[in-house]
Amino acid sequence: MSVSVQEADFDAGAEVAALTAGREDVGAVASFVGLVRADKSSDAAAVQAMTLEHYPGMTEKALEAIVTEARGRWDIFGVRVIHRVGRLLPGDRIVLVAVASAHRGEAFAACEFIMDYLKTRAPFWKKEETAGGGRWVDARESDDHAAGRWEEEQK
Amino acid sequence: MKVKVLFFAGLREALGVGSESLALPDGIGTVGALRDNLATRGEAWSALATTKNLRVAVNQQMVGLDAAVRPGDEVAFFPPVTGG
Repeated sequence: MSVSVQEADFDAGAEVAALTAGREDVGAVASFVGLVRADKSSDAAAVQAMTLEHYPGMTEKALEAIVTEARGRWDIFGVRVIHRVGRLLPGDRIVLVAVASAHRGEAFAACEFIMDYLKTRAPFWKKEETAGGGRWVDARESDDHAAGRWEEEQK
Repeated sequence: MKVKVLFFAGLREALGVGSESLALPDGIGTVGALRDNLATRGEAWSALATTKNLRVAVNQQMVGLDAAVRPGDEVAFFPPVTGG
């Protein structure tokens, strides 16, 4: 199974090892791990914890569709996507994307593409807890731009 | 026509409901019409009309507000996504 949505933490090293186990054609694995950042711009704004909500069923389908699209764009051998949900603390891992390919160019590109699309197309929502209370994180325009680049390149 | 309606994240909190089964009055054929109908329920429900860049999914596929609603559909309303 290439896509998981789970409360449990993950072991990035073990996931990368699993992508390459028993294969001799993999020349490159690119992986990305996203973490909860405290954001210490001020004590009142400092993030003490974060809760991730998702849309059970649709979230998994959306992630699988993103992986399918990546496989159509690049010659990649294996993909692993893990996204955590529930309450997480600063320093906790949130997301893993790992891509195995013959060469680094395709692995890097596919890994970044999957992250960019995940951030704009997969139904997850973050709620931050601060000393001042809870606040839902606003979507960032820069994420739309990052995902949009891949549509430009496709043309 | 019966449909299942879901709300997520800040919208779910503003409305105080995560999901409900609805019998729609005649004449509601699109998710936009459904949104407008729900937004008239009361003060909290105006959040459906005021949420910036409201997203909609029908049967777990993102769609536009002009998408059709059919009997038995699962229609979800939510704010822009912020995972990763």
